[in-house]
Amino acid sequence: MDCACGGGKKIEELRDYMKDLKKQERSDSQLIAVLHRAQELYGYLPQEIMDEVAVMMNIPTAHIWGVATFYHYFNLKPKGRYTVSVCLGTACYVKGAEDILDALKQELKLGVGETSGDELFSLQETRCLGACGLAPVMMIGDKIYGTLTPKKAVEVIKMYRKQAAGK
Amino acid sequence: MKKEYVITLCDGPTCMRNRSKELESVIQQELQRHDLQEERVRIMLSGCLGMCSKGPVMIINPGYTIYGKVAEKDIPEIIQQHILKNQPVARLAIQEDHLYNRFFRIFGDVKFFGKQMRIALRNCGIIDPEKIDDYLSVRGYEALAKVLTEITPQEVIGVVKKSGLRGRGGAGFPTGLKWELTAKEQSDEKFVICNADEGDPGAFMDRSTIEGDPHTVLEGMCIGGYAIGAKKGIIYIRAEYPLAIDRIKKAIAAAYENGFLGANILDSNFSFDIEIRLGAGAFVCGEETALIHSIEGSRGMPRPRPPYPSVAGLFGKPTLINNVETWANIPVIILDGADWFSSIGTEKSKGTKVFALAGKINNTGLVEVPMGTTLREMIYDIGEGIPNGKKFKAVQTGGPSGGCLSEEYLDTPIDYESLAKVGSIMGSGGMIVIDEDSCMVNMAKFFLEFTQNESCGKCTPCREGTKRMLEILTRISAGKGVPADLDKLERLGTMIKKASLCGLGQSAPNPVLSTLKNFRDEYEEHILKKHCRAHVCKQLFNYEIVDKCVGCGACKKVCPTEAISGELKQQHVITQSKCIQCGNCFKACKFEAIKKV
Amino acid sequence: MAKDITIYINGKPYKTTDDLTIMQAADNLGFRIPRLCYHPQLSIEGACRVCIVEVEGMRNYCASCAYPVSEGMKIHTDTKELRRARRDIVELILDNHPLDCHTCERDSNCELQRLAHSMGIRKRHFEGEAKHYEKDLSSTSVVRDPNKCILCGRCVRVCSEVQRVNALGHAYRGFKTVVMPAYNAPFSETVCTACGQCINVCPTAAFVEKNHTQELFEKLNDPDLIKIAQIAPSVRAAIGEAFGLPAGRQMEQETVAALRRLGFDYVFDTQFSADLTIMEEASEFLERLQGKGKLPMITSCSSAWMKCVEQFYPDLLPNVSTCKSPMSMMSAVIKTYFADKIKKDPKKILSVAVMCCTAKKYEAVRPELMVDGLQSTDLVVTTREVAWMMKSAGIDLVHIKGEKFDEPMGLSSGAGAIFGATGGVMEAAIRTAYELYTGETLLDIEINDIRGLAGIKEGRLMIDGKEIRVAVAHGLGNAYELLSAVRKDPGRYHFIEIMGCPGGCVGGGGQPYAGINSIPLDAECLKRRAEALYGIDRNKTIRRSHENPDIQRIYKEFLGRPLSAVSHKLLHTHYSAKEPLGIIPAEIQAR
Repeated sequence: MDCACGGGKKIEELRDYMKDLKKQERSDSQLIAVLHRAQELYGYLPQEIMDEVAVMMNIPTAHIWGVATFYHYFNLKPKGRYTVSVCLGTACYVKGAEDILDALKQELKLGVGETSGDELFSLQETRCLGACGLAPVMMIGDKIYGTLTPKKAVEVIKMYRKQAAGK
Repeated sequence: MKKEYVITLCDGPTCMRNRSKELESVIQQELQRHDLQEERVRIMLSGCLGMCSKGPVMIINPGYTIYGKVAEKDIPEIIQQHILKNQPVARLAIQEDHLYNRFFRIFGDVKFFGKQMRIALRNCGIIDPEKIDDYLSVRGYEALAKVLTEITPQEVIGVVKKSGLRGRGGAGFPTGLKWELTAKEQSDEKFVICNADEGDPGAFMDRSTIEGDPHTVLEGMCIGGYAIGAKKGIIYIRAEYPLAIDRIKKAIAAAYENGFLGANILDSNFSFDIEIRLGAGAFVCGEETALIHSIEGSRGMPRPRPPYPSVAGLFGKPTLINNVETWANIPVIILDGADWFSSIGTEKSKGTKVFALAGKINNTGLVEVPMGTTLREMIYDIGEGIPNGKKFKAVQTGGPSGGCLSEEYLDTPIDYESLAKVGSIMGSGGMIVIDEDSCMVNMAKFFLEFTQNESCGKCTPCREGTKRMLEILTRISAGKGVPADLDKLERLGTMIKKASLCGLGQSAPNPVLSTLKNFRDEYEEHILKKHCRAHVCKQLFNYEIVDKCVGCGACKKVCPTEAISGELKQQHVITQSKCIQCGNCFKACKFEAIKKV
Repeated sequence: MAKDITIYINGKPYKTTDDLTIMQAADNLGFRIPRLCYHPQLSIEGACRVCIVEVEGMRNYCASCAYPVSEGMKIHTDTKELRRARRDIVELILDNHPLDCHTCERDSNCELQRLAHSMGIRKRHFEGEAKHYEKDLSSTSVVRDPNKCILCGRCVRVCSEVQRVNALGHAYRGFKTVVMPAYNAPFSETVCTACGQCINVCPTAAFVEKNHTQELFEKLNDPDLIKIAQIAPSVRAAIGEAFGLPAGRQMEQETVAALRRLGFDYVFDTQFSADLTIMEEASEFLERLQGKGKLPMITSCSSAWMKCVEQFYPDLLPNVSTCKSPMSMMSAVIKTYFADKIKKDPKKILSVAVMCCTAKKYEAVRPELMVDGLQSTDLVVTTREVAWMMKSAGIDLVHIKGEKFDEPMGLSSGAGAIFGATGGVMEAAIRTAYELYTGETLLDIEINDIRGLAGIKEGRLMIDGKEIRVAVAHGLGNAYELLSAVRKDPGRYHFIEIMGCPGGCVGGGGQPYAGINSIPLDAECLKRRAEALYGIDRNKTIRRSHENPDIQRIYKEFLGRPLSAVSHKLLHTHYSAKEPLGIIPAEIQAR
């Protein structure tokens, strides 16, 4: 794993990305795009990277921090290998998404927004995934598991555990 | 060489997300096995058909046979029978009632589409969204060509005004008027924005439109840019929609390649560029000024209006913002005329509206109906009623900012004014059906939790007020409510509605106020009788063991507080004073002998 | 062109013009609509919703601070429903605010408290969970207490719009929104320049200065110490406001008397060391003009500005005058020249600076300003703090009989007095530099081009046939504008004065809070304070620093001449580029 603080290929990639954006008019409006790119590279937004963005894009860090903490999509802490997102959209909610979440909390011994000690799982709530027909659903990585019951949800987690242990 | 068959796989978000690739490869394998060349059978991935509950859906053309709930094991049979012998597999085909639909008649005879009318979604499921030729074959970019060659910008605005089209994002502001106001401003630079930051939980029509028919959105924006004198368009789209982002990017590239975007479009004097900006997960960015701040790279916080975006929007320049569905209507209006469009719908609400029907309903999915269709038609005809013989309790329209309507409102026609009159809103088109198993206090709490969580925190009423309302609701559902709480909820709710800075705050109390109005008895039951009739609020019902009990002792084992007593093979009893309503016994009982009362 | 229109407020017609907001029009007509987040010097936030009014034909209430009036508009400011909504909004703010008014620093001087009282909130209806955050005590100057914050955003706006420092921002969202520096870093590690404007505009006690009053009270009781105070020019121009006097009443002699009552053995005048600064700075300027050093020369009196230059304009450090500020010059001579005179160990001297400024607290502990390993200014208290101390000690500043400063550092010229107003340092320097250079006395000494509250002011004068171009900026935002121009065209000016605060020191971050009928940073108030200083200048017979007999004496007895070796040791220093820990100032890139 690359370290977060400069050096390495990732930072060069991010710098190149910013250099390209810098050439555009009103480049400071591209802050969110830059943060997206940074999160793609690092999985979250390390402080050193936000500093780097501040200097390259000429945007005050207080502003960057404000943006990074405003939007749900940005992670300020590293995530586990698997991010388990339980959809709490209305359709899923009326079909028992809360029970799914409770079961997962119990199984993973995690609260919402937390990452397990072994950095395997992160648990989070998410807004509608647009899979209302399969409600209730959860997403792990970019795979959707639908028509869940608490039992089924726990089984899926166990499957991932096995998979991880196998690797 | 002509293709004999086209197999269309619905690639909509719900029905196929996991399985489309698998099905596609199985079909391909099967075709190869039968030595069917690509020239004879084309496989196409298409946007959402809206028949989400029947998914995965597959259509075989010609013949327009729709197969529902297709499993991998069905593929060999379908290929064998339908493709090789031209005998559709009746067992898997969806064949229902009669349908009349201007754009959708090709799907004939399907009850689900019977009361629908597809304008915004007209191409979804019919064309391959990744092929611009497909779009062109359904009169794509014809409307753009028409305006660029035959119609002046003023006339375009005139047509849109006359059509009576209103914003589909929620508030229902007349689209033509918005265009006119933006066109009127003198500026060296103007912007056109497509709001694709669909945020309502339970609504996914914008996503489906972009995934199924991205070019129509681009075409609509081009026409808008031409009409108001803008050279630049921006699509603000949720980062959580990777497929939609991918499709719209491909569509933009194809449009540039084919001269529908860029300099001197179709050899006219009109030049137009479109760029994509990603959202980052903030419901409030559906609000125009918040969206503008987000595109500018800031926190998505709304600002007071005026100035309206039509005067000073993105980067302080006049800006026209419409949502995906609104844009998707534009090419049709240009091609088929304002008169035709305004013949659909009601007096003040013209055209159609797309809804995402979900919740406790048999047919969940995407539905486009003419304005004026009643809620009852939506729920019982298109949605085919409530599953498992349960009783209808409420329908919630307009997403978390909408209201919950009880049975007596089922004959309300769906249009902006009628819904507002009964205390709900059109919103962006979420429609959630709620049955007797849901507690209305709990539902109100759920919606308020959402808006509370999505409040940007700028203005006091929304930031602090919704928090206090939520605390009161939490208290009520925990059995700690007092009668005065209902007055407080109404007092706060009314104030927040009238005093908040933006639409999010102004509509946040709707679920509470509407349930207070339509389901007050449930609130009173919670407060006075400490009872939740839907058995949802944990502290407000009891578990009891009835005579179905065989005395297996399973419940006794899982009870953490030793509240259950009884001899083996004899009916057990719950000591209510010890019970903490954890529900373990209820889950453990295999004989349905434990009841919630 | 604004058009005359008629509007209706509460049913009665009034004439107004269409270029105003509802709030402005109502203000002119004598309706003071309650308000909180609004500030006339800052952008419109529209966030608090306290200033809502009802406009006929509109579905919802509208924020009067943001909504323009129009012909025939029917406005209601006082309906029953509106009164209740407004009351509830203010209560909602209170419900998420500590209930510790009587132990709060801003008790009786708090905008929220006044508002709550006038809304008639006598009972709480909606109490619930309230926020709980840690106080940030890390800064030498500014204490941040997010629990007291009501998210009006004035501090964020003043820091970005007026000062362009951008140390603060809103973070997180919804009920969890907090105003904080990036990464919630300790203030001491951020780009904060300690200017204290956030304190000035804060309606509550979410920002207050680091309080040194208790420490000072204790030390004033120490019989082993010689207690010496100095007071900045602007303190006398504003301290009366803290005692209910109108802005612009100068209280020089009363303050001296009151400080003696507090227990100080000697009270000196920072205006004296301002004169000293002019002697050094004018001489330095003339040296630079003759090719020894870089031009334009930029002043170095303002502590917030000095932190700013180190962080954001390190390339301009060679242009900054090496002169210490008047406060530090005074402290340096107190612990050397004066200690010697009274034959005391400098370690036994308590040197206290009464300043209009919070950043001076930061300056006081700067290692660059130590003399022989000794901190020269031991404690800095602001105008606000010293006013409170006087009240606490039962000293009646308003009615006390005035007294004179102590010798030998109590006499000052008019030039020293005007240091407190923007443009004053430049004006004072010109008065002396002209004479030092030409040997002739400058007669027309009131230089109006560089007086007043324009953001950037320019002037030119002929010295011995040479045109000298000068510029003045006050507030760090204006400084940014001016210096951006200088970076592009370094030859444009010879001499630049920069003050960190709007209006110069009279608008310092340590000045008394705005009273009931005024707003912080009110231009009218700043003008009056400045006018008090110009008045002092006009009433003096000695108006040029080099004519001050005490200045002449200190050079004769101790320093020798300006820029002498002794001067360099005590009165000059060098600053160096800084990168606040963990936070890279973006503006560095603007080079």
